[in-house]
Amino acid sequence: MNLEAEGLRKRYGDVRALDGFDLAVPPGVIHGLLGPNGAGKTTAVKALATLVDVDGGTARVAGFDVRNEAAKVRKRIGLIGQNAAVDEILGGRQNLVMFGRLYGLSKGDARAKADGLLDMFGLTDAAERAVSTYSGGMRRRLDIAAGFILTPAVLFLDEPTTGLDPRARNEVWAAVREVAAAGTTVLLTTQYLDEADQLAARISVMNHGRVVADDTPAALKRQIGGDRVTVTIAADQPLESVAEQLAAAVGLPAVPDTEAHSLTFEVGAGVTGLATVVRALDDLEITPEDLVLRRPTLDEVFLTLTAAPQEAAR
Amino acid sequence: MTAVRAGWILTQRNLAHWARQPWAPIFGLMFSIMLLLVFGFLFGGAITVPGGGDYITFLLPGMLALSMMFGVETTATAMANDARKGITDRFRSLPIGSASVALGRVGADLANSAVELLVLIGGGLLIGWRITSDPASAAFAVLLLLLFRFSMLWIGIFVGLAFRGEGSTMAVQVLVWPIGFLSTAIVSAETMPDWLGAIAAWNPLSATATAARSLFGNPTGITEGPLADSSVWLAVGWPLLLTAVFLPLSARAYRRLRSG
Repeated sequence: MNLEAEGLRKRYGDVRALDGFDLAVPPGVIHGLLGPNGAGKTTAVKALATLVDVDGGTARVAGFDVRNEAAKVRKRIGLIGQNAAVDEILGGRQNLVMFGRLYGLSKGDARAKADGLLDMFGLTDAAERAVSTYSGGMRRRLDIAAGFILTPAVLFLDEPTTGLDPRARNEVWAAVREVAAAGTTVLLTTQYLDEADQLAARISVMNHGRVVADDTPAALKRQIGGDRVTVTIAADQPLESVAEQLAAAVGLPAVPDTEAHSLTFEVGAGVTGLATVVRALDDLEITPEDLVLRRPTLDEVFLTLTAAPQEAAR
Repeated sequence: MTAVRAGWILTQRNLAHWARQPWAPIFGLMFSIMLLLVFGFLFGGAITVPGGGDYITFLLPGMLALSMMFGVETTATAMANDARKGITDRFRSLPIGSASVALGRVGADLANSAVELLVLIGGGLLIGWRITSDPASAAFAVLLLLLFRFSMLWIGIFVGLAFRGEGSTMAVQVLVWPIGFLSTAIVSAETMPDWLGAIAAWNPLSATATAARSLFGNPTGITEGPLADSSVWLAVGWPLLLTAVFLPLSARAYRRLRSG
């Protein structure tokens, strides 16, 4: 295992940011750490990257203990935090050369490395410009490049695409794949299920400071069911009776949302499910206000995953 | 990697900032020159120096000391900005000694202050200030001024790391004024009410200002008391004491980033 954590605990006052956090990631894979805001993802990353002291538990990164061998761990990791931690005033090349020298490279080696990384992450044209003029995606790619100077054994990426537009997101995803292809283990935290799905070989779902599920994306998706169709009903129609009629016609249970005045069906394979719902609406001569086919949201993932053990216990 | 080498690399980084954005240090310089002119010509005519002497020759060493003290702002702001923007976290995740980040600040800010001293000294010579002592004493005065700046650095590093919010920079910007003026930098303590003059005489800034005056061979405006007898010793002792207090506090604030 390249990343190993057992029972990590960390408190901030009354808040248990980590409450028995476990993790095991083999070398050379992208592992997703998925969870809502405040689940403890960032604290987990900071603990593994030796930036915060934990109150309990053990963790080994690249074979070294994060508490007793922090210096050895630091030589083998790269960390990309939520804010692009690059120097905004300096240019892209200046940043990479500076970080290269701080990693112990000579001036010449640091320059050569910087050129290679600028090329690898598509930043050569912007190399001399101040980073403050970069787009969000470019800044993030520079950030990843800086974390990749020594080709670290483990690279931590904390919500690398938060706040980026879809195009920049794709650029960052390509960069992450480049990193993993070079043999580096990547721990990626994200709030987006589809991001973890796109990139990660395995996903740990985190809530309240601990891992509530750990599986491949495919298996997790099986657990949380298929796509959702949400039908918004006109305000003058009674939600309950429409729900009954529609559930019978579709052949699936309808989950009502009284606030949005809508019904949600878990339809499995998307488009055929959508067709079934549309036919049922037609047959019943109901004109919906809105009709949406969508992937499960993270909220639904957590509801499903955190509800499952309770149901099993019943 | 040794902390010194990493500190040198980070010094270069901080200096490169000024090369990319020269307005920050240039405005800092213009501000010091403006203060010098405002006090030298606007207010100076109304100010007499106890014990006699020309006000401009009295004022200039005081302005040098005051500009060293105002440097605390530059330091605190830069440290707080880095901590807020996450780049300090990145430095902390690198295999460099924990003193490196502070050393980088020390190197760059001392270089900046040395340039500031040179410009103010040049400006002073243009408006009639003169060094009437020997070159060795004058060089020692400059060293004492830089020693004072060195102690201000550790206060700035501590404040920047311990109170990272925007408010801390504001607080420093406001506080330097009363602390700067409640000293002998601009007027002699002997023209103040007794109790106020006593406080001003014990301001570390007064020790450095008075020592610089006597070493440059300028009027000190002080005729009695500890400042008159041993300003040079005080100008060595105060910065060392401040450093002895704030250097460990800075180190602790840096380590504390780890538990937060």
